[in-house]
Amino acid sequence: MRDFLPGLIVGVIFGAGLVVSDMVNPARVQAFLDVFGNWDPTLMFVMGAALIPSAIGYLLRRRMTRPLLGKQFFIPTSRTVNRPLLLGAALFGIGWGLVGFCPGPAIAGLVLGAWQPWLFVAAMLVGMGLHRLLSASRPSALRFEG
Amino acid sequence: MEPVTPLVAVAGGLLIGTAAALLLLLTGRIAGVSGLAATATRLSAGGTPRSQATGFIVGLPLGAALTALFIRTPEVAVTSSVPLLILAGLLVGFGTRLGNGCTSGHGVCGIARLSPRSLAATATFMASAVATVFILRHVIGG
Repeated sequence: MRDFLPGLIVGVIFGAGLVVSDMVNPARVQAFLDVFGNWDPTLMFVMGAALIPSAIGYLLRRRMTRPLLGKQFFIPTSRTVNRPLLLGAALFGIGWGLVGFCPGPAIAGLVLGAWQPWLFVAAMLVGMGLHRLLSASRPSALRFEG
Repeated sequence: MEPVTPLVAVAGGLLIGTAAALLLLLTGRIAGVSGLAATATRLSAGGTPRSQATGFIVGLPLGAALTALFIRTPEVAVTSSVPLLILAGLLVGFGTRLGNGCTSGHGVCGIARLSPRSLAATATFMASAVATVFILRHVIGG
């Protein structure tokens, strides 16, 4: 419960933000990505605004020795831009563009009446499982670097 | 599709960013949805405690449902076919694990702390998503 509750509260706020900003609507997301068509700037405003409290959080974190409910901060320290990072991001972008779902909106969308998020999330978990299997058999090719 | 006013979009973005900041300041963790989803389903041995990841993954649709009930009813307009949904899901799942993050972890959290990896990842997935939509709508779709 000590771990579950903060996760739950943060998830609720995140999910609320996705619905308020209409990011749960793949048509809206694809319209942002369609820069050569009838472009919709909504995602730009959402992401720009999200960066403000997020950046304030990282600035506040510098004045803290540990998080309010934990013993230490877990922030990735690697600065190496490598092949798995770029290849993974490129594959993710293709999937994102194909239907307009990324992980957050797809999971939030599970309860909003459409059936498609269920199929998408199921396939996404299979994709994550495939990565886990492949990285177990070929650890050098699919190196995990937080 | 009704346009979303910039003010409403900013309000939603502020909620998302507040959630990310809150997770960091409360628990010291990054609010990356793909990583938390993988941890919650035991598909990753990520550092986040599993109950915390599970709480987040349960909270996400809960917050969405509450907002849909009391604030605004969203439209989830998906026109993609079943094979396309499956292909896209596989690519998003595999790609976010290989690249260590998605729109939230790299986009909202990583850029906020000016991580070079997250800046590179965000530029890459934005470019490949824009290229995909271009091909889908203006090359194949005509």
